Amino acid sequence: MCLGIPGRITAITDAARLMAMAEVSGVRREVNVACVAGADLDALVGQWVLIHVGFAMSLIDEDEAAKTLDALRDLGEAQETLEQMARSDEALAVEVGA
Amino acid sequence: MKFASEFRDPVAARALLSAIARKVDEIGATRARPVHIMEICGGHTHSIFRYGLDKLIHEGIEFIHGPGCPVCVLPMARVDECVEIAERPGVIFTTFGDAMRVPGHRKSLLQAKSTGADIRMVYSPLDALELARRNPGREVVFFGLGFETTTPSTALSIQQAAREGLTNFSVFCNHITVPEPIKALLDDPDMCLDGFIGPGHVSMVIGIHPYDFIARDYGKPIVVAGFEPTDLLQSVLMVVTQIAEGRAAIENQYARVVPEHGNPVSLAAIADVYERRASFEWRGLGEIDASGLRIRSRYAAFDAEEKFGIGYAAGSRNVPEVEGCACGAVMTGKLKPTGCPQFGKGCTPDLPLGALMVSSEGACAAYWQYAGARVAAE
Repeated sequence: MCLGIPGRITAITDAARLMAMAEVSGVRREVNVACVAGADLDALVGQWVLIHVGFAMSLIDEDEAAKTLDALRDLGEAQETLEQMARSDEALAVEVGA
Repeated sequence: MKFASEFRDPVAARALLSAIARKVDEIGATRARPVHIMEICGGHTHSIFRYGLDKLIHEGIEFIHGPGCPVCVLPMARVDECVEIAERPGVIFTTFGDAMRVPGHRKSLLQAKSTGADIRMVYSPLDALELARRNPGREVVFFGLGFETTTPSTALSIQQAAREGLTNFSVFCNHITVPEPIKALLDDPDMCLDGFIGPGHVSMVIGIHPYDFIARDYGKPIVVAGFEPTDLLQSVLMVVTQIAEGRAAIENQYARVVPEHGNPVSLAAIADVYERRASFEWRGLGEIDASGLRIRSRYAAFDAEEKFGIGYAAGSRNVPEVEGCACGAVMTGKLKPTGCPQFGKGCTPDLPLGALMVSSEGACAAYWQYAGARVAAE
């Protein structure tokens, strides 16, 4: 959870809540962009960011994103993060009573 | 050879290893009298093992694995409290997957889930927030865990919950800070540390200056580092260069991600939502002054400790660790994982005694995963 994962912002989904869609290794995931947002939210679209537990924490360039992703794959962290995202979608889907 | 295939830039790695070797020789460090460098972060520990850096590097460098794994330093009593909250009727307890298999005295969260508690692994506190929106009749609790890297995520989630007026969302706050335990280790007369590799993503949030005291007051070099193997080698070179030149400073190897003064939005959210506890208990290190955060009273409605009357709010709950578990000594770098009598015997990833074998960032898990054959040969 500390290493984060690179993703590319593809759209702003909720400007009031500072939420955006990111593409992370082919997986779409909504992330919070409060920590990287400037005055113009739309300027984030197309940018690469380092995402930690659903929050874009740092703007990075494409080369850095590729290198980081390679290292994360070597460490097994990239696969693990993508699994966590998938599992979280399942957790949200279950709506059983108490 | 493994070397060329493992490194994306073997030429750069070789050049760094040679430069490190020259500096180490210049200092006069040897296998018998090594330079002790602590990599604070569990992610760095894994990177060192994954790429075999500890074996490729000059034998006059010894890596000491630091306490930078938030799951590992969590006292068992806190896991017990998670289980206690999770088993309350009406609660949906949400957590990062890392914490699921950490043993409590009674059971782990995974065991509690199998016996009926509604515990869900989530990727982000944002997902816990969404669960609270979708389940207004349930109490959704998020297990807030981690160092400064993840602290902004729960702070921003609590602020968002407050803006929306959610009344069924709370955070069980166990956030901790990196600089304070490092000070505790430096004050420990048994520790012998010559320099530090600092966690890059913590400094992405807090900047580099919270570590000034390491160089200023203790005269030790510290270099904030990235996670790629060449980042780590370059950082080791920066540490040994400082030692060779008789300097001690805080340096930033990871400037492409780490701003000198950190991330202002994150720091503002942390300051708004959290305050320091007088002290916090760390597995293996005991109580450390001002090393943990709690939720400020203005956000008490989102504080699981207040809501459920549990944890530090409930007074003393110091519980001893399991007998035979040497996690504490390993955590402080006094014992290598393989020096623990339970390593690979009473404690394996499938049946862990202590957290260091469970968490993906734990030193024992790193040894088990990458160094199994090597350990057997030694």
